Amino acid sequence: MIVAGCDVGSLTAEAVIMSDGEILSSEIIGVRPKPEQSAKDVMDKALQKAHLALEDIDYCVSTGYGRERIPFARDNISEISCHGKGAHWLIPSVRTVIDVGGQDCKVIRVDANGKLQNFIMNDKCAAGTGRFLEVMAKTLGIRLDEIGPLSLAARNPVVITNMCSIYAQTEVAASIAQGADQHDLAAGITKAMAERVNSLVVRVGVEEDVVITGGVAKNIGVVKSLEVMLRVSTKKFNVDPQIVGALGGALFAKEKFLQK
Amino acid sequence: MIAAGCDVGSLTTKVAITRDGSIISHHIVETGFKPDLAAKNAMDGALSKANLSIDDVGYCVSTGDGGKNVSFAGKYVSQLPCLSKGSYFFIPSVRTVVDVGGNATRAISVGKEGRVLSYRLNDKCAAGGGRFFDVLAEALELKLDDLGPLSLQSKSPLEIASQCTVFAESEVISLLNDGKDIVDIIAGVNQSIASRIASLVRNVGVKEDVVMTGGVAKNIGVIKSLEGWLGVGIKTVPADPQIVGAVGASLLAEKELQES
Repeated sequence: MIVAGCDVGSLTAEAVIMSDGEILSSEIIGVRPKPEQSAKDVMDKALQKAHLALEDIDYCVSTGYGRERIPFARDNISEISCHGKGAHWLIPSVRTVIDVGGQDCKVIRVDANGKLQNFIMNDKCAAGTGRFLEVMAKTLGIRLDEIGPLSLAARNPVVITNMCSIYAQTEVAASIAQGADQHDLAAGITKAMAERVNSLVVRVGVEEDVVITGGVAKNIGVVKSLEVMLRVSTKKFNVDPQIVGALGGALFAKEKFLQK
Repeated sequence: MIAAGCDVGSLTTKVAITRDGSIISHHIVETGFKPDLAAKNAMDGALSKANLSIDDVGYCVSTGDGGKNVSFAGKYVSQLPCLSKGSYFFIPSVRTVVDVGGNATRAISVGKEGRVLSYRLNDKCAAGGGRFFDVLAEALELKLDDLGPLSLQSKSPLEIASQCTVFAESEVISLLNDGKDIVDIIAGVNQSIASRIASLVRNVGVKEDVVMTGGVAKNIGVIKSLEGWLGVGIKTVPADPQIVGAVGASLLAEKELQES
């Protein structure tokens, strides 16, 4: 039995192919203009890696922002359930999943069986989502993946008071004009980002173990700041934290296939 | 008796000079990252237009986000009484002031002689503020001043689903990529921003005459949309709507002189 999960988000798309409880291959791509195109491209790449064809897949579940438009998926399941499922499979002791994606942020509580118990989500405001970091990287004239490492060498992190990404951008631009150090700016940005995420986390409450999924999990500065605020150390996956949603999709695909 | 008002806003700095209750001159400069310098430049500009020197000014009141450290000002007054007083000066029948500036939107209920009765303020979120028009003009590669007139050509304004300015910018770009008519996009943005402004105004109470001030009052499309949402006509002052706060400050400065 070969199953697949396909997660089409706002900025990236991921596919995971599994067989007999093992990940055969996974892929991440930047999204194309249309979700069906992103899904096809990322799935083709994952299939190629596993030396398989689409016909070999017994069941595929899609998830994410574009999940309803994936022609080869037989079912679609919300990214909330998929992230919970994927995170629990990787780390069974997980109870809180913080997923920070390109355009939203979700905090998901699961029980000992990985079943969804409660969640909260922000997809209305760019503050506390990957977009905030993107806007800031652009303002600083650096790459998104440079912010985290830069922030670690800060001495006096710049304080960002505005919650709104647009106003915070002006604030950062003013700090740059005043000659603020790039490390201090980066640290101010990661701290501000973590504060926004934290404000969402405290609303559903934290129970250990805590994991962070999604692209922002790769930002060491945000992760460290958030750990300080939450007073927990988060568990790290042995796979890319961006594929957790697609992995959850593949796990649901297996269940669905067995039910039939 | 010559007095001056200096309004240091987030994007622009305005100085108005009045003599015995009439405006002699005014000057607007961009605030940039040095508010003190902007205040000085705006003052110098207004003085030179009136053939005056700073020694001729009996008293100066400063206002605005960056107005607290204006060296030549005798006193700082918050924007609310300045806007209220300034609007009353131009339109004595005013009962509601809607001020949409660069980084804040204010709705003020105005009583006798231009006194502030109550107000609502949004300076936390760029949605429903003037900044979005800068972002939009840049995304569409248009001049800020063209947005209003262009929007009036639209027969079917598009609905903009995102409230967040960051997300709305992406939405606008995808609408553009989908081949949607630029005038319908701009009209849609005006509708959406006007609806945010309208909810703030309804919160303070809509009493005629409603006067709109601030840079966004130059956008005829927003005014028309706001009239639609509120179901009342909106007046604008017979001067640059950006100087209303500075004029109010100058009139308050004259009052200081009278009382001293």
